[in-house]
Amino acid sequence: MQTQELKNVASQVRRDILRQVHACQSGHPGGSLGCTDLLVELYFNSMKLAQDANGKVVFNMSGANEDIFYLSNGHISPLLYSVLARRGYFPVKELGTFRQLNSRLQGHPTPHEHLEGIRIASGSLGQGLSVAIGTAQAKKLSNDPSTVFCLMGDGEQNEGQVWEAAMYAPHHQVDNLIAFIDENGQQIDGPTEKVMSNRDLEAKYKAFGWNVLRMDGNDMDEVVATLAKAKSLLGKGSPIMILMKTEMGAGVDFMMGSHKWHGVAPNDQQLADALAQLNETLGDY
Amino acid sequence: MKFTYETKKDTRSGFGAGMEYLSHNNPKVVALCADLIGSLKLEAFIKNSPERFFQTGIAEANMIGISAGLAIGGYIPFATTFANFGTGRVYDQIRQSVAYSGKNVKICCSHAGLTLGEDGATHQILEDIGLMKMLPGMVVINPCDYNQTKAATIAIAEYEGPVYLRFGRPVVPVFTPENQKFEIGKAIHLIEGSDVTILATGHLVWEAIQAAEILEEKGIKADVLNIHTIKPLDTAAILASISKTGCVVTAEEHQINGGLGDSVAQFLSQNRPTVQEFVGVNDSFGESGKPADLMEKYGLNAAAIVEKSLKAITRK
Repeated sequence: MQTQELKNVASQVRRDILRQVHACQSGHPGGSLGCTDLLVELYFNSMKLAQDANGKVVFNMSGANEDIFYLSNGHISPLLYSVLARRGYFPVKELGTFRQLNSRLQGHPTPHEHLEGIRIASGSLGQGLSVAIGTAQAKKLSNDPSTVFCLMGDGEQNEGQVWEAAMYAPHHQVDNLIAFIDENGQQIDGPTEKVMSNRDLEAKYKAFGWNVLRMDGNDMDEVVATLAKAKSLLGKGSPIMILMKTEMGAGVDFMMGSHKWHGVAPNDQQLADALAQLNETLGDY
Repeated sequence: MKFTYETKKDTRSGFGAGMEYLSHNNPKVVALCADLIGSLKLEAFIKNSPERFFQTGIAEANMIGISAGLAIGGYIPFATTFANFGTGRVYDQIRQSVAYSGKNVKICCSHAGLTLGEDGATHQILEDIGLMKMLPGMVVINPCDYNQTKAATIAIAEYEGPVYLRFGRPVVPVFTPENQKFEIGKAIHLIEGSDVTILATGHLVWEAIQAAEILEEKGIKADVLNIHTIKPLDTAAILASISKTGCVVTAEEHQINGGLGDSVAQFLSQNRPTVQEFVGVNDSFGESGKPADLMEKYGLNAAAIVEKSLKAITRK
């Protein structure tokens, strides 16, 4: 897909995120908006997904012979739901059920309600990288040449399990894995530097044995180029980590530059002001 | 029926033998271990199938997550360590990545209960059955001897869904038949009796058999069941026994809170209120010591089962 088309999808996904969170007056818009460009790029460009004869995506839990994405920071679920729906995994109108009773779109993603595109529950932080490593090793054991992707938050780096996984993947040469850290510099109690400084994540992951790249996660051209470079590094003995600078709330001017919109829903006026900044490219649900 | 035995073996070696069988017979089975290969008796599996073994180092949380990821990829992971580190330490990982996510992961843990002995209470988990049985969809199995642990290990590979398999370190009599088919959730009726029901699990099953022999000398006939599966509980077998005896003693190497006895009481209180006595650890931690001495001190042996049986009968 051309970069301009990806940008158009991203604009619609950002509208979907805001409308989902507004409708139930709960959820996490900030990080969802910040990571939109990455997930759109992955699902509409970089990832090789299983499709039927008509080119429609089909969901198999095992993900055999297709690329797999795991969202470890599950609170940005409105983003994942929008991207999955827009990619064709489930009806777009189902986004209207987000966080409501009897919905498959739980506050945090889960396969428990059999939502197509979701393979693991996430929400309790720090677990996704381990799961991604396991699936990457399953692919190697099955001689499946596809790739596993995993996104974590920078606040999530506080969790000890992340570092168990960080140590394991290079030791076992899990080189069919591309992980990302969303470095938006914010977590619930404030700036990451104040709550619990990650210090130099590049130096840390390099010391653990990862191949580390950096990118501006809100510049679609750079996201496309960095993903292409990361894929060229697969199969060379090391897992790949992409440190991704993003702006929490990216795409909506009054939501950017603060942790205030981490877990707060916009009111009616704020929604209208935000939607006015985002083109309705694919049609609202 | 008189129960005898020729050898004593540890249940963990039964697990190792089951894994050795699976290394030959089920190519989808993979094993993970957090730096305790020797204690879990995994040497034969690793020798036969080195590519299907994953050493995680001392990082149990990561091991559970990797297991969930391997299960998604179509494998049947057996995640192994000591019971304390494989349940309590990683409860949230099991809850979210395995149970809630519905993954086909087998959590197989040795050194459960007091009988690991000298290492003391830091390692003697007595809460693991409770923790695991509370998770929706989790099967909980606590086999009684080497043969049954081997059979259970092989059986859970055929079952689709999360399982907690609990076993231990001490050598105990091998009295169940070799190659007896293991049916998850199906209690085994060991001794026929009409005065008191004894429901035992794990290492306490042999003690229950010994208790029944002592009771018989006193003219009391105990109906003894081996409840190797705590969840799902074989309520039909329990009900059938209770209708003959009218009272029950549960016996387990676990806290009374949250254990087999708890499950039995919950079922009976709703279906057939019955006098019940509990053999288990009564809201305390363990301590260092020889396994048999610990079982004596904490009241987890045949003598304790006899005492509780007599009490249950008088309360009828």
